[in-house]
Amino acid sequence: MKKKWNSGSLKAWLYLLPAILFLGVFMVYPLIDVFVYSFEEGYNSASQTYYGVGTYNYSYVLHDPYFLQAVKNTFLLVIITVPLSTGIALLISVGLHSVTPLRNLFQTVYFLPYVTNTLAVGLVFMILFKKTAYSDGFINLLISWFGGSSVDFIDGPYWAKMFVLCFYTIWVVMPFKILILTGALSSVNQEYYNAARVDGTSKFRIFRRITLPMISPMIFYLVITGFIGAFKAYSDAVALFGTDLNAAGMNTIVGYVYDMLYGDSGGYPSYASAAAIILFAIVLTITCINLLASNKKVHY
Amino acid sequence: MVERKEKTQNRERGSREPDYGKIEKNAKARQRTASAATYVLLTFWGMIVLFPFYWMILTSVKSYSAYNSEYIPKFFTLSPTLQNYADAFTTVPLGRYLLNTTIFTVVTTAIMLVVITLAAFAFARLEFRGKNVVFVLFLSLMMIPNELVIITNFVTITNWDMRNTFPGLILPSVTSVFYIYLLKENFEQIPDSLYYAAKVDGTSDLKYLLKVMVPISKPTLITVTILKVIECWNSYVWPRLITDDPHYFLVSNGIQEIRENGFGRENIPAMMAAVVVISLPLIVLFLIFRNKIMEGVSRGGTKG
Repeated sequence: MKKKWNSGSLKAWLYLLPAILFLGVFMVYPLIDVFVYSFEEGYNSASQTYYGVGTYNYSYVLHDPYFLQAVKNTFLLVIITVPLSTGIALLISVGLHSVTPLRNLFQTVYFLPYVTNTLAVGLVFMILFKKTAYSDGFINLLISWFGGSSVDFIDGPYWAKMFVLCFYTIWVVMPFKILILTGALSSVNQEYYNAARVDGTSKFRIFRRITLPMISPMIFYLVITGFIGAFKAYSDAVALFGTDLNAAGMNTIVGYVYDMLYGDSGGYPSYASAAAIILFAIVLTITCINLLASNKKVHY
Repeated sequence: MVERKEKTQNRERGSREPDYGKIEKNAKARQRTASAATYVLLTFWGMIVLFPFYWMILTSVKSYSAYNSEYIPKFFTLSPTLQNYADAFTTVPLGRYLLNTTIFTVVTTAIMLVVITLAAFAFARLEFRGKNVVFVLFLSLMMIPNELVIITNFVTITNWDMRNTFPGLILPSVTSVFYIYLLKENFEQIPDSLYYAAKVDGTSDLKYLLKVMVPISKPTLITVTILKVIECWNSYVWPRLITDDPHYFLVSNGIQEIRENGFGRENIPAMMAAVVVISLPLIVLFLIFRNKIMEGVSRGGTKG
């Protein structure tokens, strides 16, 4: 009996072996290693040697103007896009939920950005917003129709670049939020609405008192994933402003990590590790704050 | 006294009758306005979503000279040309990028399906010591962001001399704890009696997995496959770190390369033709498997 148990056990481990192997090499080991890297001072990736152990990498990163710029950009992006995209998605989902004809068509169209290549479509956005010597571009044409003066959104002032980045980010994340919220709306029990209607409750009140509390867990889920996703923004920025984000002043924290690791400014895995751990700490803190806030507000 | 009261009531009721009609009419009108406003809103967002697609297709069929002579961009073209598509395939190695991405996507997805099916089977069906501990450890790995581990993976793959190779591209992304979890939940819903019946018949575990569990769980496996294919087709960061030889570029890096060095900076129509070619496969896939994809993403999607 004992022997049989062991052979069964062995077989189970064999089934798990590939997964454990891959996860071990490419997730568990790197997770430990990244902390080691971040404390090794003066690490040289060619000779794989270092001088000493300490927190110098963190202090270097925290004093690097490029990193501070990246932190500023990332926080602005998060603060602008998370509430806006969640709000607009809620508005659109409620609208979508209240109509029957054409609903499927709208849903299909709204989902398209999800299946497109961020880099490729970002190029289209760049062309729409860019002002060049031989053309002001489409967006500036719109602006001039409304009597404004043209702005170069790709190489121009900071607020303009930030606007494009936020706009494109919202465009990209919207499909997921609309999908989740329409799903949540259609799963609200119809009887609540009927009861409210018998009582003659106004539509707005129904929305505030029934719909919103019922879908609040999903909204909350979107806010958390939205925060995490926005903090990791990178490829949207590359798509719009090119790979040299530091020069464009539009780098993000993740972009800073990769630039430190690789490319023209790369070769510093220690600084990259320190920056990645700082990012992880920020995301973890924000997520915890979100979770605490939700305990008071969200109706489960 | 009583009579008068009744009379007044009657009169009041009488005078109210037309009011009800009015109220109903008002309510209907308001409803119509509300639904019209809703449609305006929905159409507006639909246009914002679709316009970039329209613009990229439009630009891709404008000729180079026509595009560059438009100081004010035109919203249509009367002389569409496919020249840009020919340029996209001949001037830059777009065909090579597409081939690379297809190989990468197919191989990664195939290996991942094998790995996660085996692991999910072990967790769902087999008994072994420490199963729960290992499973919790697996789940806790879900919290680890990719950004944290990618640094060491980059160093590992570089040390293994696997930069600019397919194994280097593929190996780090062939497991997903979340998909193991999803599949395990699915496997567990298959009744135990089937397993014992198969055991009595002398069926081996592996055969049972392939002949019974996999076919029953086909919907979940298809969902996982589609999600992984989308992820692979659009992946950018890892391929960018691990390849600098254009011979191994995937489409995302290819398009970035085209933007920075290909065609010459000004040939935007050809660039847009490349963008259309890159976007098309997934859009077609989406239109075919619309429901599967949307269901799959709402169960296990991220991005956003």
